[in-house]
Amino acid sequence: MAIVFRSIWVIAYRELLRFVQDRPRMFSSFSMPIIFLIIFGAGFGRLIGQMMPGVDYIQFMYPGILAMTVLMTSVMSGVSIVWDREFGFLKEVLVSPLSRSGVLVGKAVGAATIAIIQGAIMLVLAPIVNVPINLGTVLALLPLLLILSLSLSGLGLLIGARMRSQQGFQIVMQLVIFPMMFLSGIFFPVSGVATWLAVLSKLNPVTYGIDAIRQVFLGAEVAGVTVFGHTMGIVDSAIVVAMVGVVLLTTAIWVFNRQE
Amino acid sequence: MDVIEASNIVKRFGELEAVKGVSFSVKEGEIFGFLGPNGAGKTTTINILCTLLRPTAGQAKVNGHDVIKERSQVRQSIGLVFQEPTLDDYLTAEQNLRFHGYAYGVPRDVLEPRLKELLEMMELWDRRKGKISTYSGGMKRRLEIARGLLHHPRVLFLDEPTLGLDPQTRRRIWDYIHDLRKRENLAIFMTTHYMDEAENCDRIAIIDYGQTVALDTLEKLKDGVGGDVISVKTEDNEEAVRLLEGQYKFKPGIENGIISFTVSHGEEFLPQFVSGFPLRLLSIGLRRPTLEDVFLKLTGRNIREQEVDSMQQMKNMARMRRH
Repeated sequence: MAIVFRSIWVIAYRELLRFVQDRPRMFSSFSMPIIFLIIFGAGFGRLIGQMMPGVDYIQFMYPGILAMTVLMTSVMSGVSIVWDREFGFLKEVLVSPLSRSGVLVGKAVGAATIAIIQGAIMLVLAPIVNVPINLGTVLALLPLLLILSLSLSGLGLLIGARMRSQQGFQIVMQLVIFPMMFLSGIFFPVSGVATWLAVLSKLNPVTYGIDAIRQVFLGAEVAGVTVFGHTMGIVDSAIVVAMVGVVLLTTAIWVFNRQE
Repeated sequence: MDVIEASNIVKRFGELEAVKGVSFSVKEGEIFGFLGPNGAGKTTTINILCTLLRPTAGQAKVNGHDVIKERSQVRQSIGLVFQEPTLDDYLTAEQNLRFHGYAYGVPRDVLEPRLKELLEMMELWDRRKGKISTYSGGMKRRLEIARGLLHHPRVLFLDEPTLGLDPQTRRRIWDYIHDLRKRENLAIFMTTHYMDEAENCDRIAIIDYGQTVALDTLEKLKDGVGGDVISVKTEDNEEAVRLLEGQYKFKPGIENGIISFTVSHGEEFLPQFVSGFPLRLLSIGLRRPTLEDVFLKLTGRNIREQEVDSMQQMKNMARMRRH
């Protein structure tokens, strides 16, 4: 058991070390969410007006953008495995006494830590876009972001567990991650859309993460996901995300252990 | 004591039998050379010994631990330097070594002095804060050797340790290896394509088509060729070959207009041959057999002659340059 813990911290430590050394990557995971926030906010903001009483479009979108930063960073943990495999470093890890399950969990923990740091930086934007923020909000966000990023790292690692080239990973990213992003209720409420769209959104774990984050910022009135007639609260959504995450991460570990 | 004991290792990949029952043992403090043409099963065997692959049949123990049942003890007892670099380019040399130290659970009070000792030995101490992306191919290889030794392994595996490096760097790496063996009583298991390098080995196993075709000290292997190599050039080589085969019962080979064959006690044979041979001799030479002759005799191939080889080497070099 000691070896599993050692594997987790050693791998997470290295992910953080790399993150600090690799400035471009740090900025690249911010760029897209911020671009969306500015352009969509400016483009649709006036057209749409109020989304719901007291909530304008940019306020509605902001919690989703925060989640999107976490999504991008977490899924990148998967590309880091592909990267390590391509550049040989994975071999150093595989011949070491580290446990393979521990290695994967370590990657997820590393990615989650980075995601939370980036999420925290995104919080600076909250006052600028008129989203209320206080210590209570931040404390409530922390566990939510942690659960969301661990689960999504599970997804990234599952994609990366077997993949041999970064090009392959990019393709999967575009086929899986972009639809997930657009079907998650970042840009429009998932209630009140065509049934097929609502069904797809409700199958998407990110939807629950975003809805929970939105409720933390803007109150329970903005809750927008109902499953079998039950309106999902913050805790309900967190449980869904955590369960999906456990499944994804376990599958990723299984796939990773079976290879080589 | 034997630090590696391999008995009858077999590895099948579907239909293909890559290793067909290889057995050998490596003693403590020995430099053991593992030679063979490309595709002979060298890398597969190494991967089995370092627990990256499971053997289909057979048994192997490293430092007394079974490679199937006690994988993590085996991993803890070995250091590895692969053909292709396995460093993290984004980190510094020091960070790469510390990662390794943490991963192998080297206690902190041991780690720091050990790290300094090895970096100084490999002449990289001054560059310890440099990122790997700024390192040359030779520096990377030296750093990998240092890293492989950080956790005090009992066996160091070197897969083509000097491939693609210039002669000076190669010589230096060999100095380190000899030094290491003396200092730490470390066993070294290595593969190489350079025949002159294989001469550094205490014992050599030659493997071909997944089987060991020879295993002995260099001297004994050379004796196995059958004495000394005589090379002659005559005014009519075809006629000379016919004579050598018929009258003298030798098995001459001809390459670049020079006929060569082996005899026992070459010094005594030479004067009597020169006076008795009917054709005019243009040149004659006598030499001790090299490993190249051993290799040629056992596998029927020259170790470096294959096309694949040079392709592989170019690929490796391109790779190293890219990093």
